[in-house]
Amino acid sequence: MKQLHRLALGALLLGSLILVPTVQAAGTVVVYSARNEQLIKPLFDAYTKETGVKVKFVTGKEGPLLERLQAEGDKTPADMLITVDAGNLWQAAERGVLAKVNSKVLEENIPAHLRDPDGQWYGLSVRARTIVYNTKKVKPADLVSYEDLGNPKWKGRLCLRSSKKVYNQSLVAMMISRYGEPKTEAIVKSWIPNLATDVFSDDENLLDAMAAGQCDVGIVNSYYFGRLKKKHPETPIAIFWPNQNENGVHVNISGAGVTRHAKHPEAAMKLLEWLSSDKAQNLFADSNMEFPANPKVKPDPLAASWGEFKHDTVNVSEAGKLQAKAVMLMDRAGYK
Amino acid sequence: MFYPGSVDTQAVRPAWRVSDGGWWRVAALLIAVLVSMPVLMLLPAWLTPSSEVWRHLADTVLGELLRNTLVLLLGVGAGVLVLGVGLAWLTVMYEFPGRRVFEWALMLPLGIPAYVMAFVAVGLLDFSGPVQAALRAVFGQNGYWFPRIRSEGGVIAVMTLALYPYVYMLARSAFLSQGRTLMEAGRSLGLSPRAAFVRIALPMARPAIAAGVALALMETLADFGAVTIFNYDTFTTAIYKAWFGLFNLGAAAQLSTLLLLFVAVALYAERHWRGQSRYYAAGKPVQGHRHRLTGLRAAAACGFALSVLALAFIIPVGQLIFWLVSAGIEDLDAGYVEFVSHTVSLGLLAALFTVAAAVLLAYVRKQWPGRLMRAVTRLATLGYALPGAVLAVGIMLAFTRLDRQVDAFVQTVFGVSTGLLLSSSVAALLFAYLVRFLAVAHGPVESALERIKPSLQQAARSLGASHRELLWRVYLPILRPGLLSAALLVFVEVMKELPATLLLRPFDWDTLAIRIFELTSEGEWQRAALPALTLVLVGLLPVILLVRRKA
Repeated sequence: MKQLHRLALGALLLGSLILVPTVQAAGTVVVYSARNEQLIKPLFDAYTKETGVKVKFVTGKEGPLLERLQAEGDKTPADMLITVDAGNLWQAAERGVLAKVNSKVLEENIPAHLRDPDGQWYGLSVRARTIVYNTKKVKPADLVSYEDLGNPKWKGRLCLRSSKKVYNQSLVAMMISRYGEPKTEAIVKSWIPNLATDVFSDDENLLDAMAAGQCDVGIVNSYYFGRLKKKHPETPIAIFWPNQNENGVHVNISGAGVTRHAKHPEAAMKLLEWLSSDKAQNLFADSNMEFPANPKVKPDPLAASWGEFKHDTVNVSEAGKLQAKAVMLMDRAGYK
Repeated sequence: MFYPGSVDTQAVRPAWRVSDGGWWRVAALLIAVLVSMPVLMLLPAWLTPSSEVWRHLADTVLGELLRNTLVLLLGVGAGVLVLGVGLAWLTVMYEFPGRRVFEWALMLPLGIPAYVMAFVAVGLLDFSGPVQAALRAVFGQNGYWFPRIRSEGGVIAVMTLALYPYVYMLARSAFLSQGRTLMEAGRSLGLSPRAAFVRIALPMARPAIAAGVALALMETLADFGAVTIFNYDTFTTAIYKAWFGLFNLGAAAQLSTLLLLFVAVALYAERHWRGQSRYYAAGKPVQGHRHRLTGLRAAAACGFALSVLALAFIIPVGQLIFWLVSAGIEDLDAGYVEFVSHTVSLGLLAALFTVAAAVLLAYVRKQWPGRLMRAVTRLATLGYALPGAVLAVGIMLAFTRLDRQVDAFVQTVFGVSTGLLLSSSVAALLFAYLVRFLAVAHGPVESALERIKPSLQQAARSLGASHRELLWRVYLPILRPGLLSAALLVFVEVMKELPATLLLRPFDWDTLAIRIFELTSEGEWQRAALPALTLVLVGLLPVILLVRRKA
């Protein structure tokens, strides 16, 4: 029993130590981030080094983080919300947790289709969801567009990631915005019989399967392809920019907004502006091989080597508005 | 002594005064109500209709989801029962080469989160994995057959391997503590060893085994990580789809309460089926000699234990080590000390609170077996079957609401704002663990308590012992193995826990599980090997400690 006593005492002491709330210092910005620690911490560290302003952040999943922000309301400690996918940003704006930001700097740095028409959020990096193919089995001339992947010539040769990933939901949402529901449903349906195997749970698995010869074409985010190429330059996979004669490649963003009840709104806006600047955009781009949202900034050399491409300039907020429709459509089409 | 059937604690109740121990009941009731709060927070969701979501799900995927969930439950249930009980019986009753190592080593898979196990399995065995790559190198692209790993069988196998230790651990301590005398009595009355096992040992261990299987099944229902990696759609998938895909948290909450309803019915059915029979242990466990296996049978026993251990632990850990080596350990920095200390201190604190609450609940349930307490305890232990993120949001909502009321009160009385004190504090996090893992602690504690003879408490009470004395001086010492099992389980669970930690942790309170999540959600599996291995290592210590104390 003695050990039990001692254990209990120790645990209680420990408890009293860690229950003491931490005090918030001045000159800080507090960030809720659905973008992972390893992808944002380098940026914040650079910012602190440059300006002396501290950035406190907590990471989490988009959905629960948004619920938390909303439930905390005017008492929230968060000054800024960073998240991936336009759908999530649109949803945050819809729930009224973001503030309008009027900033010449941001308007100049971030193209109009990559930010909220209302100024509640701004894209900071561009994620191109594009086609990849096995160079041993496919010639680039065989490829045209996302829609064409439903062509019977791809029967048993296509790999797709799960429809549960928001990237695919956004892709389909943007198609709905362009073609309407019936035509989009027909396109999505036409992909299914072409699948070489069950849909994958992430882009990496898909690329690995393609490298191993399980399938010949697939749809992935370009930076996953970039990471693979960096590690294994010899992999027989190449990137193809589809829909160049039409609307362009589907792009999504990761982005940020200042919260409505920010305790340090000025400081948050400064950080946001800095994140759109050359220096930060370079860091953004290099850390993950995404494309900078600021068109004046060059992408990582490897990403640049994939060539210039035309990207879809419909405002990315459409992806948010139509996401629920897209999810239901994919369920109906039997896309798991 | 061994009482099959008839004795009911209720029969001896009139010997005590009714008002006796009122505070105990109040305290237990209070805990139970508090713990059921987050679950109850989900109920108001039914007030807002989300018929569109429902119609959509019913029209398209719901049928398949229900079927999948059922098949998964049946498969995992059968799997953990066979592996858990079989291995426990083998290591308790027989002597074979390696038995001493297997005894504790078979618990090790507890330290590996199911989603890590799932990823390793897919990584190794899928088309692009090293196994099939080797086969292709020998037989050519299409010259061989290999089972699809991302399939129903695959997900059942992985979940079984990840979850069987619950049953193993609880069945083992039940077999150990029931002692050998009963078995020997049975044998002397002419039962064969198998008959003695089936007719004496199994029924006596049934509460413990049932508790273990229930834990494994509740975990299966709540799982999101492993099924996602296999892209196997279950009821939980529908909950997340409604929430993240269709932006409808209300519908997600409705689906969650339905899920709980199923669990409640299942648990009730099990209790009912168990009926009124009660089994009590015959005092001190007797460490008799083990039956020694020789020749082929010894080899078979050793081979069986070894292959389970290999599949559930050695191979996954080996793969993690391989990734660690190939990715390099550049990530290992001062931050890791912090991750480990956060992880361990949260685990210890949560284990302490949760086991204490479980003891209180189980004790009061035993002393005053009323309908109310029974219902409330059931409700309080349901949290485990809820998908973690849903439960976490329920807790977060409850705490922010409380915080805002405190703030408003202080504002009107003292004119200052307190801000949010509790939500996203360590206290909220510990409460979340209590809600989520009370079932984990409650199972072992209750099943241990159930095997204590009522004559013991009657004797103590007749000698004038108060409830405090009875609990502290009689029950706790007897219960200690059960309590340690419970504490260990909670500790390991808390270390692996993700959704609640992710949502409720204070700033700068990252744990190893968080680190794994951050890396894996961007597909950085090789870099995630370091925190995953650290997690396994930290989880090993209490397992070894526990086993050594028992030996």
